Amino acid sequence: MEILAYAAFFLTVAMTYATICLGLNVQWGQTGLFNVGVAAFVGLGAYVSAILTTPEATGRIGGFGLPIAAGWLGAAAAGGVLALLVGALTIRLRSDYLAIATFGVAVALQLVFQNAEPLTGGAFGIGFIPRPFAALQREALAFALTNLALSGAVVLALYLALERLARSPWGRALRAVREDETAAESLGKSPLRLRLEAFVLGGMVMGLAGAVQAHFIGFIAPANYLPALTFQVWAMLILGGSGNNRGAILGAVVVWAIWAATAALIAQLVPAGEQARASSLQLVAIGVALCAILLWRPQGLLPEHRAISRHLSRRP
Amino acid sequence: MTLQILVNGLVAGTTIGLGAIGLSLTYSILRFANFTQGDLIAWGAYLTLAVAGAIGGLLAGLGPAGPLAPFSFGWTLPVALLGGMALTVLLALGLDAVLFARLRARGADAIILVMAGFGASMALRAGLEFIFTSAPAYFTRELQIARPLGAGMRATPDQLLVLGLTAALVVALHLLVTRTATGRAMRAVGESPALAAVYGLDVAGVVRITWVIGASLACVAGTMSGLLVQIRPTMGFDLLLPLFAATILGGIGSIPGAMIGGLVIGLSESLAVQVLGAEWRAAAAFVVLVVVLLVRPSGLFGRGA
Repeated sequence: MEILAYAAFFLTVAMTYATICLGLNVQWGQTGLFNVGVAAFVGLGAYVSAILTTPEATGRIGGFGLPIAAGWLGAAAAGGVLALLVGALTIRLRSDYLAIATFGVAVALQLVFQNAEPLTGGAFGIGFIPRPFAALQREALAFALTNLALSGAVVLALYLALERLARSPWGRALRAVREDETAAESLGKSPLRLRLEAFVLGGMVMGLAGAVQAHFIGFIAPANYLPALTFQVWAMLILGGSGNNRGAILGAVVVWAIWAATAALIAQLVPAGEQARASSLQLVAIGVALCAILLWRPQGLLPEHRAISRHLSRRP
Repeated sequence: MTLQILVNGLVAGTTIGLGAIGLSLTYSILRFANFTQGDLIAWGAYLTLAVAGAIGGLLAGLGPAGPLAPFSFGWTLPVALLGGMALTVLLALGLDAVLFARLRARGADAIILVMAGFGASMALRAGLEFIFTSAPAYFTRELQIARPLGAGMRATPDQLLVLGLTAALVVALHLLVTRTATGRAMRAVGESPALAAVYGLDVAGVVRITWVIGASLACVAGTMSGLLVQIRPTMGFDLLLPLFAATILGGIGSIPGAMIGGLVIGLSESLAVQVLGAEWRAAAAFVVLVVVLLVRPSGLFGRGA
């Protein structure tokens, strides 16, 4: 029973990572936009949803007590607006300016999470975020399974929608821009507009993912949205296979499994005083793994398959 | 008090400027935004510290070396800095050989190199935390009294030395890039590696020299910052946004531009600390970056983005 509940908990967290990966896949996998500020989009979604849905608290702005669904929608909208602002600023410039700008956004938002205490609760974060199916909280297994079903449904819905989009005329135009911008432009497609749309869509998905995660855990703090999160998500997408939505989900589950297993090992084997040091080896491994995949298997576990249209069967 | 903001800003700006020159050179000649530059700065500081420790250990029999008046450090630090620079250069060249050169040889897009650098920077930074732990380290335990400079400004001798050394380095580098055959070759490769190779330039050699200069400057910047403030594994990563903001503000590839950019960022950080409080220091670089991207994305001395 306990193992089952733990497995459900583990998979629910993996599903929230898979949601982030799906958002990143729209930006990077389909469109080739390099976002180094994943943590900012996820964190923004988490904070917006928390502020919208938590009960009123003294000394803190917000606490509107809205239903969870409203929090999710608000989070997706906030992620989209942030992406629109960053995209409008940099997408017309050279491609690595977007990377630098998103990196800057991650630093700046981390400062806001830390220091805008009346809004974000400062270093202590926001607690008592309403959890879905809170009525079941006493029965660990039922609570874990219903939450897994919910987060799994989010991933499935996004997967189906994004797959359909990838096979739509819009998805084809997006890949055309990624592969050969000049050719796409000469056929009347606007690369800037398509890139911006994809960046906003990805930002919305990441904001939603942040909200789903925050409501499942029930508590958020600035330390959850450090650059390490961005690194983890990138490792997930690149390992799973960028450009492939199934790869994004697979990568999230595999990397999260490795991460959780090594964390458990460290907690078991390493003496308490040395644990922080041993955990830094986890990050070394992620960084090295990211480079190694780029060098030796850039297509990842599940390579992108060339989809033309849902009306055409797959090419041989 | 208000003029003191100027001194603090200039001193912080020298570290940013030196690091930004390295970033700007690799950006214009190797043609990618190198996210490992910050971590080369941190590694430079730690490698200098390790060499200084080794020298101190070897010469322990000679009795403790006193500080070189009026500075806070003894003669081992300048010697250790040379050793640290050599080791940082080896680290950068090694990284290029195992990672970036292979990706370049495969004809990978610049953005793939950016991503590889992003992964490597994580590994480098966490590696420092593993080896040296996240506790801060110091080059010297000596305390320095800030001396009055007039007009209500104060600075320690160490700070003045850093300002002078930086000015000398910037002038020397600018002359190297604009007046020598090596500099001409570097700019040619920056324009077009293929064309430079056709003209018989040693492109691999130019790539090496670029890393040598970039990594040496990173080590100097890290050591200066370590001397004036402290050494931490995250010091380089925290500098990364100021470095990028300074590089883009100055115009990619421009050495005076990167230095001026660094000083502007240092001054605006110092202003932000004064006006908003120390916890908002890092926001200054972000604001400058956004303004530059909005108003003049090619930077002050750039040739168009």
